[in-house]
Amino acid sequence: MSPSIPLQVPTYRGSTDGLRDVPHLDEGVALKKKDFTSASEVRWCPGCGDYAILAAVQGFMPELGIRRENVVCISGIGCASRFPYYLESYGMHSIHGRAPTIATGLATSRPDLSVWIVTGDGDSLSIGGNHLIHALRRNVNLTILLFNNRIYGLTKGQYSPTSEQGKVTKSTPQGSVDAPFDPVSLALGAEATFVARTTDSDRKHLTSVLRAAAEHRGAALVEIFQNCPIFNDGAFDVLKDREQAEARIVRLEDGQVVRSGDRVAVRSAAGGVEMVAEADLAGREPLVHDVAADDPSQAFALARLSEPTMGSVPMGVFRSVSRPTYDDLAREQVAAAQERAGGPATDDDLAALLAGADTWSVA
Amino acid sequence: MSVKQVQRVDRVVIRFAGDSGDGMQLTGDRFTAETAALGNDLATLPNFPAEIRAPAGTVLGVSSFQLHFADHDVMTPGDHPDVLVAMNPAALRSNLRDVRRGGTVIVDSDEFTKRNLARVGYGASPLEDGSLEAYQLHALPLTSRTVEALAEFGLSRKDAERSKNMYALGLVSWLYNRPTEGTERFLRSKFGKRPQILEANLAAFRAGYNYGETVEGFAVTYEIAPAPAPTGTYRNVTGNTATAYGLVAAAHRAGLPLVLGSYPITPASDILHTLSGLKRFGVTTIQAEDEIAGIGAALGASYGGALGVTSTSGPGLALKAETIGLAVMLELPLVVVDVQRGGPSTGLPTKTEQADLLQAMFGRNGEAPVPVVAPRSPADCFDAALEASRIALAYRTPVLLLTDGYLANGSEPWLLPAVSELPDLRVEFTTQPNATAADGTPVFQPYKRDPETLARPWAVPGTPGLEHRIGGLEKADLTGEISYDPDNHERMVLLRQAKVDGVTVPDVVVDDPGAATGEPADVLVLGWGSTYGPIAAAARSVREGGERVATAHLRHLNPFPANLGDVLRSYRRVLVPEMNLGQLRLLLRAQYLVDVIGHNRVRGLPFTSAELAEVVRTHLDELAKELADETISDETTGAGR
Repeated sequence: MSPSIPLQVPTYRGSTDGLRDVPHLDEGVALKKKDFTSASEVRWCPGCGDYAILAAVQGFMPELGIRRENVVCISGIGCASRFPYYLESYGMHSIHGRAPTIATGLATSRPDLSVWIVTGDGDSLSIGGNHLIHALRRNVNLTILLFNNRIYGLTKGQYSPTSEQGKVTKSTPQGSVDAPFDPVSLALGAEATFVARTTDSDRKHLTSVLRAAAEHRGAALVEIFQNCPIFNDGAFDVLKDREQAEARIVRLEDGQVVRSGDRVAVRSAAGGVEMVAEADLAGREPLVHDVAADDPSQAFALARLSEPTMGSVPMGVFRSVSRPTYDDLAREQVAAAQERAGGPATDDDLAALLAGADTWSVA
Repeated sequence: MSVKQVQRVDRVVIRFAGDSGDGMQLTGDRFTAETAALGNDLATLPNFPAEIRAPAGTVLGVSSFQLHFADHDVMTPGDHPDVLVAMNPAALRSNLRDVRRGGTVIVDSDEFTKRNLARVGYGASPLEDGSLEAYQLHALPLTSRTVEALAEFGLSRKDAERSKNMYALGLVSWLYNRPTEGTERFLRSKFGKRPQILEANLAAFRAGYNYGETVEGFAVTYEIAPAPAPTGTYRNVTGNTATAYGLVAAAHRAGLPLVLGSYPITPASDILHTLSGLKRFGVTTIQAEDEIAGIGAALGASYGGALGVTSTSGPGLALKAETIGLAVMLELPLVVVDVQRGGPSTGLPTKTEQADLLQAMFGRNGEAPVPVVAPRSPADCFDAALEASRIALAYRTPVLLLTDGYLANGSEPWLLPAVSELPDLRVEFTTQPNATAADGTPVFQPYKRDPETLARPWAVPGTPGLEHRIGGLEKADLTGEISYDPDNHERMVLLRQAKVDGVTVPDVVVDDPGAATGEPADVLVLGWGSTYGPIAAAARSVREGGERVATAHLRHLNPFPANLGDVLRSYRRVLVPEMNLGQLRLLLRAQYLVDVIGHNRVRGLPFTSAELAEVVRTHLDELAKELADETISDETTGAGR
């Protein structure tokens, strides 16, 4: 699928050593897209946005320069979660909502792996909501790709936690009364250190965001708008039509004024952010995006611009900051304890542990 | 000072009881340590309310610690205390009924105020109304004596009163000739940074000890000789500590890092606490956001090549069920520790029960067999944890380790093992292709099994050339690809079952002293888990009465030992006492078609040996009568022919 509108490739600051401990390919060795393409027949519905995302991932993986066997993709349950089968690397198709828990255990015990989670809006925000926020809070070195199609696909068309209120589906014949989550707001609220939004229809933008997420050290959440042609077709059409997109997409470029068509972002009287026509600024200062700001308030205010009608939809990297990761800290504690004790435990060390402080002998 | 008489006794059961905030668990722990250091055999039973600080002075808030120590091997924490130390009327009220008639009752008379008495329903003070005449009562003003002893430390009355447990410990230590150095050493290490508190506790402890020596009230002190035991070095250990150490030892002997994913839950949390302090042994502990995340992290670590472990108690096991099912499908090693407590639901969080056996066996969707191992005593938790790890690593399967609240918090002397003699649990990760494709190229088949164990290869991420995907969808035999083929599904279900059925477990050993002389018992008492102690003690009592009874104990609940069916069928009657409504009995009847009889109680407490001995005697009497009736009926029939 070719992108109908080109989003600019964002620039980044923040942490960039997410792959620091992952073995890289030898000098002169390069992998190709086909090296990341498994023999499994891809079985998504024709026209599904997942194809574009899979192709983008397979295509950009070689650029990371890491060894293929050190890439692990963990998924939950749902259409998106079939992803690991199609990526030629190590992978686990686990259970509904729990991929972050398994990935946390894996990433904590294996610093030499690049651990990816592929999940959908139902998997990550409904049944797995708890695990998602805690993985983000802990800042485990993971890259989380959240395919958001705003519908339950695999169970054939019930509304999801990102479906707009009033959505008529098989399980909501009179319209859904649930208020939706905004994944970006949720992630920022959970203290995520890297949060971005991109779309299945802009390969270049998608790839650049994925690269930044992979290189980020810590939990990186990427929301990917993804079209479900069967149960929620056209959910993002307003962002794909060139004319409408120009007016609706709010470009997040680090160090640049936040703008959308002829509008720019300014602080609102209520403490948030609003879009006003540049001509009507009347001396108000347009907002300059700072992905590395310590304070996430501005990123959160930008995330709140999103609304179900998609009048203003920020795309790009909302936040990219450096904070110690859970897995690094956990490993450092083990390493420090072993160093203090003079190296890994020997049989004698174990015997001393078992004996404890108070023993007695029977002759 | 008068000369005291020292009396030698062979066994004593002592119970310390007081308010939750009175420090009874600490007092009991210290007395246990002193007793262990003397070489007595012992068993303990802590018993405390689920509330951190239940209302003071009420029966609900009473916390107790019971210790049985003897000059011979001790099987249980004892049925009836010989000595009760009751720090207030509530403690007396809720514990007196257990005390042996003629036993010693030591109370803090300062606490027997009108208000405190009324609060627990005493109309008149039992110290004065003669209701304690059957006991040797020592009503001592422990609180005011403690406050007096600490007058020089400038503490508030309230702070000084806090040391009254140490005063009581000093007194009882004197009464039973316990060494005091260990407790003094312990107090120094605990309060070393707060010299005022340290000195106050030491002074209270010594004052209690000296009080015993000077007061006229105690005519006799007691001495219990060391118990004969196999030679070696011993320590005292609780079940939770032994479980944690067994897991560390297993990882050490396997040469793998240990990763515990866990969520705090009573009475399993001490396993998490203990392991979190053992990073030096390559242990990573992840305190997860919930029970599901705990086991998920453990499984993720196992996928990466660690020994993944999760620890929990009943309700937590329910939450972990789906992930255990995934581990069954993935065929990865995983140890799930369930410290059983009273259920259902939140149930009795601080009390013991054995009612998770069927959940461990069957609590998953689909055919999801899992080996089940259960330790029989606190120290045995170490060996059982090693055994669970052995099975998990060798067979690439989740394993359920079923301890319980009594084992977890109870303690006993442990003969320390030689590390070099622990089982060798080393495993080899697969690094090379294990099959050949039709065109002759070497390929990796993630579900090609070891012909002996039926275990699949453990090829961890990062291994070049063996990239593959696993998951919860049904696997095609050998290749591990997704498969919806009906015949393949049936084959895989049968293979997973055969793998668990094929786990090697030792034969069950029957203790039937008469069998050697051609006089086997008619009744076999079969136990599992923590009923071992009460059953053994009951059998001893029955045999001392001149009757025959056989005992056997199951460590492996799935699969059962190969000889179990023959053992069951070789006795006229098989009695299975369980702290549930007959869960093992159900399994035995289903598998062996033997009419096993149960003795089932769910009071949140271990069986007493006296209770079990009585049950055994009842069955022996019934059988004797049956035999007599059969004889008569045979004769009658014969005569009519």
